[in-house]
Amino acid sequence: MILDSKIPEGPLADKWTKHKFNVKLVNPANKRKYDVIVVGTGLAGASAAASLAELGYNVKAFCFQDSPRRAHSIAAQGGINAAKNYQNDGDSVYRLFYDTIKGGDYRAREGNVYRLAEVSVNIIDQCVAQGVPFAREYGGLLANRSFGGAQVSRTFYAKGQTGQQLLLGAYSALSRQVANGKVKLYPRTEMMDVVMIDGKARGIVTRNLITGAIESHSAHAVLLCTGGYGNVFFLSTNAMGSNVTAAWRAHKKGAFFSNPSFTQIHPTCIPVSGDHQSKLTLMSESLRNDGRVWVPATVETAEKLRKGQITANDIKEEDRDYYLERKYPSFGNLVPRDVASRNAKYVCDEGRGVNETGEAVFLDFRDAIKRDGRNVIEAKYGNLFDMYMQITGDNPYEVPMMIYPAVHYTMGGLWVDYNLMTTIPGLYALGEANFSDHGANRLGASALMQGLADGYFVIPYTIGDYLASNSADRIPVDHPEFKKAEKEVSDRLQKLLSIKGEKTVDYFHKKLGKIMWDYCGMARTEEGLTKAKAMIKELKKEFWTNVNVLGSNEELNLSLEKANRVSDFLELGELMVDDALHRNESCGGHFREEYQTPEGEALRDDENFAYVAAWKYLGEGQEEELHKEPLVFENVKLTQRSYK
Amino acid sequence: MNLTLKIWRQKNNADKGDFKEYKISDISKDMSFLEMLDVLNENLSEKGEDPVHFDHDCREGICGMCSLYIDGKPHGPQQTTTCQLHMRSFSDGDVITIEPWRAKPFPVMKDLVVDRSAFDRIIQAGGYVSVNTGGVPDANEIPIPKSIADLAMDAAQCIGCGACVAACKNASAMLFTSAKVSQLALLPQGQVERKIRAEKMVAQMDAEGFGACTNTGACEAECPKGISITNIARMNREYFSAVVSSDTL
Repeated sequence: MILDSKIPEGPLADKWTKHKFNVKLVNPANKRKYDVIVVGTGLAGASAAASLAELGYNVKAFCFQDSPRRAHSIAAQGGINAAKNYQNDGDSVYRLFYDTIKGGDYRAREGNVYRLAEVSVNIIDQCVAQGVPFAREYGGLLANRSFGGAQVSRTFYAKGQTGQQLLLGAYSALSRQVANGKVKLYPRTEMMDVVMIDGKARGIVTRNLITGAIESHSAHAVLLCTGGYGNVFFLSTNAMGSNVTAAWRAHKKGAFFSNPSFTQIHPTCIPVSGDHQSKLTLMSESLRNDGRVWVPATVETAEKLRKGQITANDIKEEDRDYYLERKYPSFGNLVPRDVASRNAKYVCDEGRGVNETGEAVFLDFRDAIKRDGRNVIEAKYGNLFDMYMQITGDNPYEVPMMIYPAVHYTMGGLWVDYNLMTTIPGLYALGEANFSDHGANRLGASALMQGLADGYFVIPYTIGDYLASNSADRIPVDHPEFKKAEKEVSDRLQKLLSIKGEKTVDYFHKKLGKIMWDYCGMARTEEGLTKAKAMIKELKKEFWTNVNVLGSNEELNLSLEKANRVSDFLELGELMVDDALHRNESCGGHFREEYQTPEGEALRDDENFAYVAAWKYLGEGQEEELHKEPLVFENVKLTQRSYK
Repeated sequence: MNLTLKIWRQKNNADKGDFKEYKISDISKDMSFLEMLDVLNENLSEKGEDPVHFDHDCREGICGMCSLYIDGKPHGPQQTTTCQLHMRSFSDGDVITIEPWRAKPFPVMKDLVVDRSAFDRIIQAGGYVSVNTGGVPDANEIPIPKSIADLAMDAAQCIGCGACVAACKNASAMLFTSAKVSQLALLPQGQVERKIRAEKMVAQMDAEGFGACTNTGACEAECPKGISITNIARMNREYFSAVVSSDTL
């Protein structure tokens, strides 16, 4: 199969405008004849569902949470980028595009990224019109802050709760359409499979999480806005329920999965404190605006610190190593996430880690408090400091925070073309669920931008192109393909319930997470990945013979929900390892130890790997087939990323 | 720490439900409350017993999914969400009682899981600005005084967890509803629908079966996000001025 990205011809800046004119339209009276399913109600899902309903389509929106307002976009803290240039500091659509392409280590499509930068400005307008209370200056205009990988201030924010406010904005637009009768909501409902009829996505099968009922829903198009798969690592900053099931089941039905190994390890998370830990908590990247990252200059000092003989504040200025400022003087503490994470790992591997486990570095606000006063720092980051205090029991106004990298976001996802359509006609993927905009590393404050860009400003145009050329005939859910899919779903659940083995679901999930983190995390080697592949295969076999899933299908059953999700993570894990193994280069968050510059930076191989890897599922137990979409750079010059 | 847990177990909405007692040992002070329950559930699962069902998702105190009435207080002894409550707030030997939210408009689905869709319906009644995607003015076109934007943000921080309802002896949803009414009444974008919003949201709140305000402030005292009851005063003002000069008359 030749992967056609459908990037329009012509100059970069005209592509989207031209494409919007060239796509087919569905006339207003006909829109009500088309049904669209939206799975997931985060920024991408809620904004898409609301916008499509406003246009007149009939929308069904699904989420596994008890309310669409709780999707994990809500936890995004720091902000959302937009090329408004309100600060008069040299920002432009082109600069946001350039920063994003460069930040992604040249593994994203120029056309998609430029469009993202272009519509970013509309997002801010839209959100303000909805009543999103962004931070403002005393003159009443919008405030901005800086984020990693950029030398301009273009990040809009609402305290440390930007994701919450943007999601509640999208949720309010969605709620309005529910009231108008254009959206029907299905909370506490999990998508179990895509239903294909005549080679097109025509609906989904779901499980009602309260009653266990397996149900079919028919539509003319299906949008997967189901987020990322960071929970394959067990410990991540994702919500407990975040999972890959919807995307994975679509993958098994024919949707190619792209760059699955591109994982973002976020540098500023609260370090792991013990085996009981269920999730990791992020401390917003915005803290790196004022916080300084350091470890002791010598291993001896670090040892004293770990033994509790001295505290951070006892260490004199000359005995501290502000390693980011030292190595990257122009970006300093605001280097991109992959660079910051890798450097934290280096200093900890050298034995300079600062907590009991040796896996933590300091993020220190002492100098910022001295410079600006405690009140200013409190106004900017108060809620984050409180959260830190609540979790660790330490007071960051008095002692430096301790942080360590953790899995945060997945740049990989379902392959989509410029229209956001997967390789299955009629099946779309939006937001974190697709692979398209962030390359091998996402810049801070760009996830919110992409989710809302896809939902508010891309899909409302591109979906019409597909629907206009497809008949509006509806397919009833008693069609044999729906019945067949329902049976497959029920059989799989029954199989999980019937194993009655000796280990709990979490036992397997934790084991998988450890394999992924050790061998497919911040640093990867051929040897480690090969080992990981064998281990995952073995674990998968053990899962299907020895897992103990309690209860029955016909009830609210957490054990069954988890088992169903973990069974997919086990399959995905293997593909991530394959992907990491085949890519014999380092780029962004994908760091293969064999491929690095003498300074320890990621060493790309543009000659052989400037492509999107797109994996095709061939069947149970078979190796997946690799397809390549070459990345064409007509506007930016590929260079070694430098933040020095 | 070794603890005794008295937990509400209820098979489904139709079941009557009852407390069950569990012993749990070797709990670290650094664990979160929900991680302590994870340990209990892992123990129960290993013994083949049905784990205790409770709602939770982000575990960062922002999604509003977690609930739990702990020792007679929503979200337990600290003014945070249950997921941000840590075991250092408890002592060895403690007996901890854990119940679901108790309010008629929040029916129990299983164990500690309740149905809060009534909150969604209150928002659907009018908790939005009626603008479609596209065609809106530039974001900086209308300056908003920082103090007003900050007040709106304070109200907008509500996470919709329902602790205010659970804390109130009348199971009133005034704090939740007023937070949204206030946010939009304060901002210029919310002015056009200001009156009808207050009328409709209050009507929906009543229709769902939430009670009247007790004026005791229990909601504010238990709100994990510190939403102020001045929002209730503002909503009352909005509502009364709306009904006497309604746009729909």
